Amino acid sequence: MLGKTAASLFWMARYLERSENNARLIDAGFRIALTRSQTAAAEWKSVLVTAGVNRAFVAAHGDYSSARVVDFMLRDPANPSSIASVIKQARDNARTARTALTREAWEAVNTNWMTLTALLKRPVRDDDLPDVLTAIRQQSAQVRGALNGTMLRNDGFNFSLLGTFLERADNTARILDVKYYLLLPSVAHIGSSIDNVQWETILRSVSAHRAYRWLYGAEISALKIAEFLILYRQLPRSLAFCCERMEDNLAQLERGYGAETEAGRMARALCHERLSSPIQAIFDGGLHEYVTAFLRANAALARQIEHDYRFVE
Amino acid sequence: MRSQEGGTRSPYREYCEWFDAEDSQRIQHKTQQAEALFRTTGITFNVYGDADADERLIPFDVVPRIISASEWRRLSRGIEQRVRALNAFLHDIYHRQEILRAGRVPTQLIARNDAFLPMMMGMDPPGGIYTHISGTDIVRTGTHEFYVLEDNARTPSGVSYMLENRETMLQMFPELFAKVAVREVGDYPINLLKSLSACAPPKCGGTPTVAVLTPGIHNSAYYEHSFLADHMGAELVEGHDLRVVDGRVAMRTTQGYRAIDVVYRRVDDDFLDPLNFRPDSMLGVPGIWDVYRDGGITIANAPGTGIADDKALYSYMPDIIEFYTGEKALLPNVPTWRCSEPQHLREVLDRLPELVVKEVHGSGGYGMLVGPAASKKELAAFRAKLEANPGNYIAQPTLSLSTVPIFTKKGLAPRHVDLRPFVLMSPQGITITPGGLTRVAMTRGSLVVNSSQGGGTKDTWVLED
Repeated sequence: MLGKTAASLFWMARYLERSENNARLIDAGFRIALTRSQTAAAEWKSVLVTAGVNRAFVAAHGDYSSARVVDFMLRDPANPSSIASVIKQARDNARTARTALTREAWEAVNTNWMTLTALLKRPVRDDDLPDVLTAIRQQSAQVRGALNGTMLRNDGFNFSLLGTFLERADNTARILDVKYYLLLPSVAHIGSSIDNVQWETILRSVSAHRAYRWLYGAEISALKIAEFLILYRQLPRSLAFCCERMEDNLAQLERGYGAETEAGRMARALCHERLSSPIQAIFDGGLHEYVTAFLRANAALARQIEHDYRFVE
Repeated sequence: MRSQEGGTRSPYREYCEWFDAEDSQRIQHKTQQAEALFRTTGITFNVYGDADADERLIPFDVVPRIISASEWRRLSRGIEQRVRALNAFLHDIYHRQEILRAGRVPTQLIARNDAFLPMMMGMDPPGGIYTHISGTDIVRTGTHEFYVLEDNARTPSGVSYMLENRETMLQMFPELFAKVAVREVGDYPINLLKSLSACAPPKCGGTPTVAVLTPGIHNSAYYEHSFLADHMGAELVEGHDLRVVDGRVAMRTTQGYRAIDVVYRRVDDDFLDPLNFRPDSMLGVPGIWDVYRDGGITIANAPGTGIADDKALYSYMPDIIEFYTGEKALLPNVPTWRCSEPQHLREVLDRLPELVVKEVHGSGGYGMLVGPAASKKELAAFRAKLEANPGNYIAQPTLSLSTVPIFTKKGLAPRHVDLRPFVLMSPQGITITPGGLTRVAMTRGSLVVNSSQGGGTKDTWVLED
């Protein structure tokens, strides 16, 4: 497979995942804004910080009104991570890698782009927002379904899954990084459960608020939420889950190509060293320090994959 | 579809029976369905200089254009003769130039031709093939009269439309294909792969690796490039995926550089090799020319083939065919005035309102004048251009082209069409796919069928005997 094709599949998947993650973040922010107008600005800020676009937003707009933030996250051409921007980039990458996609997978990506471009042609009104966010998630699910249902399980499939899980791990880690102060068992919070609405946003932004209840019941604690998002291997958006998938896909590439790579070694280290200590040990070492180090390792892994598989010259 | 006497022309008989029994609303609905299908599949083209609509659909008409088996035999014999002559001509021009020495084609036509590549002099492309892929544009003026409008030997596009149009028709009207025996076109990509593989260069060891070279996703024909690569199972590469490694052109794969043997390039000569051609080009491969010269790669079509597309040269095609085949041209040319010749120019200026004037190197319907449809102002402006640079133009009469029906909201309506059959050439022979791309002028009375000018397409049926 061409290095360029591998890169395009990887980035196609990253952008698709980013579009879906952004939809979840907007959804979480919107809930808070609806229910608690006095904290809405802070909540919107944390959404923008998590998405890594706060600085660009402040430069362009300044104050955090719902309408402005939503529009910025959904469709602003000045925001390279807006949903309109990333689905276009996902589609451009899919066009470049057209020969490595099945017709169904390509058509799903193309339909995703056509549908959402039409939906995002004009600013989205508050009362339409839930439907638009649902459509974004559904389109994403259709692309995933087409990829899963029709693609050969070859190197191309591995590269697209690597993109998906690398982006997803990055997203979950960012949420933790932005919210770590809430999760820290600081003086004020010792022994008390954290703010209900706050934990709800955290879990909602990874679509896991219900799953958490099933698993942990009514007991809401910072430790449990952090454990769930970092170490719980059955949660598809946890760091452990994402890293396991990356390890698997890199191992399959290594087997297929008959050559071990530095990227494979890094993924193994990520899974077996960073994600094997109990949550208490992670807290003891400092949650913020842990998450920051994870984000760095994840980014380094992305660069190594790019290098090992010759994405560029 | 209807003959001059008013009855149904025989190739259309079965189709007409079917059509007359159909509900026109159902067909209307199918037309909309087809459009949605094309959008989802991404069968679009980019229009240069049109920022609003960077990707457009080519209008698709659901009524097929039908050609009988005997008509097709006549056409394909004529096309084959033409392509053979073109290939022989290119070989001659880049070797002994006998046709020039015999005075059958003026030397300055070659010397002044931008597409002539002096570097190809004395070169022997693998298998002696220059025109691996070509397309001949043909119009019909009467029941038994076909004329060749132009030859496309550089990079004829549209073959993906031929294939997708058929695919769409099969999906929308499967019952029609059970009723009418239509010849297959779907094996074009596999024939292309076989034909290209048969032109492997001397240094190829084993099964040839074929790749399609595209300028990238912003090129107007990108859809076609990816379609062909996909259907051949070949890699779709851009210049920056390639480099010369150990004397071979190689592509950067996830496992290192791998040599390729045959490149079906969809970039122009000028952009092929920044070391040997245009230094500012980012589309090509530095050093590919040296590999080509050493028999390390086959470039299809061969560099320098574009001289055959020149519209001034076109007017000499009957002579060229006779010179190399010893036969009269089976398919006639449209009579053509060469404005470079003073006598011709005078005549053209006198009769401008009735003629079609084209740029010698133009394509895509850009920079042409359709006399009968032009305003006084346009005529005056074109007259000035002709006088300033006569050598840049040829002129042709507007033939009384026959029409074929298209489906409109008000029922069937006649429109002008042309036909571009696609021809593959290798040392093993010539393959012409039965059918081709039928382009339709969607506006009533218009003669312009180019997609960049709003023209549409329809499926082309060649009937079984």
